[in-house]
Amino acid sequence: MTTMRQAFVETVNDEIAADPRIAVVTAVISSNEFPQENERVVDVGIREQTMVGVASGLALAGLRPVVHSYAPFLVERPYEQIKLDIGHQDVGAVFVSIGASYDDPAWGRTHQSPGDVALFDTLPGWTVHVPGHPDEVTPLLQQALKDDNRVYMRLSLHENTQAYPVGEGFTTVRHGKRGVVLAVGPMLDRVLKAVDSENADVTVLYAATVRPFDATGLRKAVQNTDHADVMVVEPYLEGTSSHLVSETLQQIPHRIRSTGVKRHAELRNYGTAEDHDAAHDLDVVGLGSAVRSFFRG
Amino acid sequence: MTGDEKHEWAAASTIDVLWVLYDKVLNVTPATADDPDRDRFLLSKGHGPMAYYAVLAEKGFIDESTLDDWTSWDSPLGQHPDRVLVRGAEISSGSLGHGLPIAVGTAIGQRIAGSRGRTFVLVGDGELDEGSNHEAIAVAARLKVANLTAIVIDNQSAMYGWPGGIARRFAVEGWQTAEIDGRDHEAVFTALTAPHDRPYAVVAKIEKGN
Repeated sequence: MTTMRQAFVETVNDEIAADPRIAVVTAVISSNEFPQENERVVDVGIREQTMVGVASGLALAGLRPVVHSYAPFLVERPYEQIKLDIGHQDVGAVFVSIGASYDDPAWGRTHQSPGDVALFDTLPGWTVHVPGHPDEVTPLLQQALKDDNRVYMRLSLHENTQAYPVGEGFTTVRHGKRGVVLAVGPMLDRVLKAVDSENADVTVLYAATVRPFDATGLRKAVQNTDHADVMVVEPYLEGTSSHLVSETLQQIPHRIRSTGVKRHAELRNYGTAEDHDAAHDLDVVGLGSAVRSFFRG
Repeated sequence: MTGDEKHEWAAASTIDVLWVLYDKVLNVTPATADDPDRDRFLLSKGHGPMAYYAVLAEKGFIDESTLDDWTSWDSPLGQHPDRVLVRGAEISSGSLGHGLPIAVGTAIGQRIAGSRGRTFVLVGDGELDEGSNHEAIAVAARLKVANLTAIVIDNQSAMYGWPGGIARRFAVEGWQTAEIDGRDHEAVFTALTAPHDRPYAVVAKIEKGN
């Protein structure tokens, strides 16, 4: 079965052969997946700040750089380079991470990045994709490579059982009257199971793209329910999109429940991703409990 | 003047190199500022850009009248240059340690495009304290970025100095190097036009207080 990472590599390798604008910049991680003989494939060694700086220079010279590494090393370590070398220079690039919040927690906190999307959210002009299935990766990436904008794509080992159409705002997966649940990327399957387990009569929206935020889609979904109650389920730091839900519904009295990786403590446990999901109430049991308490009555 | 002595000293340190670059070395004019084959000059040491603006104005990239009210609300000229606002500025800079890694990418981009353009980047000796520069120094040599010239203005600003000298730091990574008097226009010109088949670092010394 193809993983999101494999879909990413295959798509980039197809596109780099076809489009002379595309370049790849890596810092060792995954570098052997790309054609080393191609002069547009640049590995800088374990030097993430320079990885982003080089990508900036390539963009300034007219290329379309794809920058790739494990999430904490792609986003957190060179954050100022992303802010200044890409954003402030007003150039475009496609950043693609693997590892997500805690895809492999046996590696410990150093390899976890629940704050990546929140960090990008501090910067203007970024498109953020959080695909929930490998088949969503290729169309999102192909479009990103054609454009000149700034794109962050967050890949994960965790995925839904089926792909949904991407690129047209939020997808309505289920209609209901009690409120709306917005499920981001790989959270959808668990959200559907939790909603089923609670017999909750809610609309479920699916988002593989969270920035720009589909305010129109959310507003319409809320207008078609009896209660302006919105639960957001994100696979990264809880509350990351709450400000946009609030802004979207500013003319409507509403309630928000934000669910995601908890902010209150740094978990030092290793274990599995499933263990961490349970600790953050992001498993079906935890989500079911949240659905029950939030949509009660 | 700004009342900011450190930035004024930064400007005074770079003025001679900047003038020789734009007057005699760089293949770029206001008319070719968007030409993919132009030479690119990246001011990494964005502090004290008064000298940079003065040279850009003298060479016609920006209107001389904009110099008078710099840093005001409506002015495109700030204490750190913004490439979106300043015609001819290749990068926005100010935060130290960004220009050299970007220059490595720009030079590689020129090479990929088959361009005859060269990349020049100006850094300060104090700025070299930033670790990102040392990543870039190593990478440029490993990737054989021969169309890249780094000019280091050595006005003895680095907190702890450089054992064996700044040129040595570049040389051990495989750069071609030169050391010159940063006030001597002929020496600056000769150094910046010397042939090189690998990345090239020119250390321009400025005597403190001169």
